[in-house]
Amino acid sequence: MPLPDAALIARKGEIVRALRRLVPGEGVIGDPAGLVPFQSDGLSAYRQTPLAVVLPDTTAQVCAVLAWCQANGVKVVPRGAGTSLSGGALPLQDGVVLGMAKFNRILQVDYANRCAVVQPGVTNLAITGAVQADGFYYAPDPSSQVACTIGGNVAENSGGVHCLKYGLTTNNLLGCEIVLMSGEVVRLGGKGFDAAGYDLLGVVTGSEGLLGVVTEVTVRLLTSPQAARAMLLGFASVEAAGATVGDIIAAGVIPAGLEMMDRPAILAAEAFVGAGYPTDAEALLIVELDGPEAECAELSEQVAGIGEARGATTIRTSSSDAERLAFWAGRKAAFPAVGRISPDYYCMDGTIPRRQLPHVLGAIAQMGREYGLGVANVFHAGDGNLHPLILYDADKPGQLEAAEAFGADILKLCVAVGGVLTGEHGVGVEKRDLMGEMFNETDLACQQRVKCAFDPDLLLNPGKVFPRLHRCAELGRVHVHRGAVAFPELPRF
Amino acid sequence: MLDVAARTETPKTAAEVVELVAEGRPLEIVGGGTKRGIGAVAGADAVLSLAGLTRVIDYAPEELVLTAQAGVKLATLEKLVAAQGQMLPFEPPHLGRLLGAKGQPTLGGALAANLSGPRRIRAGAARDHFLGLEAVTGRGELVKAGGRVVKNVTGYDLCKLMAGSWGTLAVLTEVTIKVLPAARTELTLLFFGLDDRRAGEAMTRALHAPAEVSGAAHLPAATAARAPLKGEMAVTALRLEGFAASVAARAEHLAMALKDFGRVEQLDGPLSRDFWAQVRDVEALWKDPRPLWRISVPPAAGWRVGEAAAGEALYDWGGGLVWLLSEDNPRAAVRALGGHATLYRGEGLAFEPLDGPLKALTARVKAAFDPNGVLNPGRMGAS
Repeated sequence: MPLPDAALIARKGEIVRALRRLVPGEGVIGDPAGLVPFQSDGLSAYRQTPLAVVLPDTTAQVCAVLAWCQANGVKVVPRGAGTSLSGGALPLQDGVVLGMAKFNRILQVDYANRCAVVQPGVTNLAITGAVQADGFYYAPDPSSQVACTIGGNVAENSGGVHCLKYGLTTNNLLGCEIVLMSGEVVRLGGKGFDAAGYDLLGVVTGSEGLLGVVTEVTVRLLTSPQAARAMLLGFASVEAAGATVGDIIAAGVIPAGLEMMDRPAILAAEAFVGAGYPTDAEALLIVELDGPEAECAELSEQVAGIGEARGATTIRTSSSDAERLAFWAGRKAAFPAVGRISPDYYCMDGTIPRRQLPHVLGAIAQMGREYGLGVANVFHAGDGNLHPLILYDADKPGQLEAAEAFGADILKLCVAVGGVLTGEHGVGVEKRDLMGEMFNETDLACQQRVKCAFDPDLLLNPGKVFPRLHRCAELGRVHVHRGAVAFPELPRF
Repeated sequence: MLDVAARTETPKTAAEVVELVAEGRPLEIVGGGTKRGIGAVAGADAVLSLAGLTRVIDYAPEELVLTAQAGVKLATLEKLVAAQGQMLPFEPPHLGRLLGAKGQPTLGGALAANLSGPRRIRAGAARDHFLGLEAVTGRGELVKAGGRVVKNVTGYDLCKLMAGSWGTLAVLTEVTIKVLPAARTELTLLFFGLDDRRAGEAMTRALHAPAEVSGAAHLPAATAARAPLKGEMAVTALRLEGFAASVAARAEHLAMALKDFGRVEQLDGPLSRDFWAQVRDVEALWKDPRPLWRISVPPAAGWRVGEAAAGEALYDWGGGLVWLLSEDNPRAAVRALGGHATLYRGEGLAFEPLDGPLKALTARVKAAFDPNGVLNPGRMGAS
């Protein structure tokens, strides 16, 4: 992380007083006890007490806070519900946490344009909650959806089990309002399908709180499918399960959800919730089909046939919505279930080309033996997004470090086989130092120049995403060939 | 516009593109040239053609991804993926004939302009299927971003930034896109004689139904009367795609839900495909000297565009996209509806002007990639 600025820390009292003038009442927390809940996010191995927390409840206050912080050189870490799994909301010792929890209103539901305008502190699930009685829903469904906020989803470009068919957050947004570090308000997109100018909405989405603070979001609403059906397919080998996934897609079927669990994950989940998973299977597929009843019926038979041809040892299709949810219960509880069999676990998030699955799972098992750590795998199989859960005990000396090294090795392997470091959890602080595995210095400098266009003083969430922070002036050097800019008199845009 | 033949550079590799850009001459970036006339480049010293970068690098149907050089023709790709039972989900339009250009559209061009066809309402836009890139910035640096897998949040999503930047930030040399299985069957329901407002209501109702409508277009009477339909009254069309049993069930549901919009006719298979190809390519508005506008508005406001400007309109995306032939400048009216207009053909400012902090931010983003303004100078509005 950037070295804390002792001079700023010494000015804490003054900073808190200044923020209280901008956000009166209970909106500023400066006392040590009050700051404790903000020390970490979902990546709880990392902790840091911030200088102060400010909880504005109007866009004008956000503008005032950011403008003041910019003028005074104070770093700002935006925070939604603090559920990031990559340390995106990890505070800075010399920085202020800008909590957006008070922005919790749904401003408008516009069915005619199939969208909703919401404040960033509204939870993901609350959007669906507000519209489902009318037959609509918001598609991205990260597993933390009961708690995570839409503002955080925009910052992280969150996914979920349904994103194979329905896309990530970025594919389900129409517009947003952001406040730049300067305090300026910029509206990106709207209710139409595209906007004038560059697609800045697209680049802000998934920018991990480094480009602007989201103060309003316009999301697309989809019509709820008529029916949904889940299937369980057990296999005697990971290879057979992987081949089945390929066959399903080759048959032209894009399921709403297509998940895989390996044996350790199956056993942990079954012991925890008793979902009825086949405990003799080496790999389990959960396939969800949605759409008209006729489509679910046709496709579930087709998927069963594909599974049979690949030697599935178990094939079950849900016959009621209760049974469908029971099929999902084990998968959705996989993380806490693993938490019961191991004192601690560390969740990774690489994506790989699916054809590499048997090779990668084999290599992960081998690495686990070498590190002396167990691992359970859950996998968004349809889109190749792997979630190995590394089992360790933080109380045993060296195990946390071993787990982190193991995790880094897994991600390097993902990149080496043609994949990426993170499919949906973000880079944050966790994978920051691995960015060099995917991108060279030129690539990273190019991305950092985007950062400079939004936040030239690098005050917004510094220390995340980029392994090294370059001053913007340093990045701004123009490559001029043969000492001359051609046509210097032309207006350049 | 420059005389293309006169000073056209046609690099064969990304390294040659780097060389050319690093020379520092202002360049007009051209793929197939079909969209050259939109917001014409002013002050370019040479044309950089991507016609030499046409290789398909990797196509893994089972992974749903395709990587190709940016100059590959859309038609080539469409054939390639169709042979594997797949499609380009965003259904990119072929606008050469509409814009009076001779060339064939390229993948790079479709992405750079973020152009999507009727399926945009269901499957997403070009930008939503743009997974990874290699490009040469105006600094003459070869950079990569994104990846070659369908799900990735590593680093800033520069693909989105490039989509719709019209070659003003970087020259795309290699791109990875998401492909999807092609629909096994398709069917179109046609409604007749609806005025624009009523057609807007029909499309909205259809898009609210659990019918997974993948095309919702309206051709007012004057537009439907032109080639290729040469119809006698307005036509409102709804497309359904997917597996046969599902399409049949949805068609039945939709016909019931829309029964108060009058007589329904059905187009199957090839007839349906032909219908949507002409909507996609805006065939009804070909061969007309009047200014042509592409207008994006909140879908429910689509029909109001026709009220605000005289001329012939074609409504796609359930009203969210309006193609308008008109001598009137519709910009103020469109902005009041919450949308924006681009002048695709005709004299005048092509791209919607920006203002305030967004304009300044946009200029800083441009400068981050192309500080000397050597890529497509003058396009997307001069500062």
